[in-house]
Amino acid sequence: MATDPLSSIFSALADPTRRDIVARLAVADATVNEIAQPYDVTVQAVSKHLKVLEQSGLVSRTRDAQRRPCHLEADVFDLMTKWIERYRREAEERYQRLDAVLANLDADTNQTNSRNHQTGAAS
Amino acid sequence: MNTSTHPQTEITADPSLPTLTIVREFDATPDKVFRAHIDPELVVQWLGPHGTTMKVDTWDARTGGSYRYVAEHEGQEYGFYGAFHEVRPNDRIVQTFTFEGVPDGVSLDTVTFEELPGGRTRLTGLSVVDSMEARDAMVASGMETGVVQGYESLDDLLAADS
Repeated sequence: MATDPLSSIFSALADPTRRDIVARLAVADATVNEIAQPYDVTVQAVSKHLKVLEQSGLVSRTRDAQRRPCHLEADVFDLMTKWIERYRREAEERYQRLDAVLANLDADTNQTNSRNHQTGAAS
Repeated sequence: MNTSTHPQTEITADPSLPTLTIVREFDATPDKVFRAHIDPELVVQWLGPHGTTMKVDTWDARTGGSYRYVAEHEGQEYGFYGAFHEVRPNDRIVQTFTFEGVPDGVSLDTVTFEELPGGRTRLTGLSVVDSMEARDAMVASGMETGVVQGYESLDDLLAADS
């Protein structure tokens, strides 16, 4: 079992059923029974998945009398989206450096042609 | 900078496959973009993570060749290595990629260079790893800063919730 919060979110989302549950809870809160309905599994199995999601902080359960609906913690889920956006921004920064390299290549193409690398080994 | 000639990088994390796709267009022909990927003197100018100095240890950008480089940041060194599975001039590069900090992790990266009208190039990169968890960890790892920031904001969120 993963111990740090980041890893437990990744483990929680590594399972397709749990990703499905998260997608459903993104639309609306739901009880365990409601979540279990479309799946060919027992309520107990879904409960286990929900427990993993709860431990990761992605899902919480309120004490609303007997219903105890499951609720997606949108802030925690947004963090995943933010990580992708940060990854994208870093890639974009890298490629802007490549833009600059390519612009310089145009400027001194004539001088550097002589030391072109031998590439493309025969296959 | 004229943004219309620099379409932004697009990243797609497939919801059911452990892959990451990256698409970016360049205002240069495929042979130049290809060269900037294989000539080590050019590669060090852009490839290393932001704020790091990239030093090439081994660089043999040929089919069957290999590479290793080190990215240095505030006295810390981060090593990366892999093999060039296929280097097809001006067209496609297939390589493995391992961050030495995660020695069991390996990504299979395919980069293709597609010629566009007007002397431009569309680069498409596909990275494949062996689990969804590894893919997500790859997204979360902006090296040291990314992971630490990720932990810190997550800590804040979890503290606020409880």
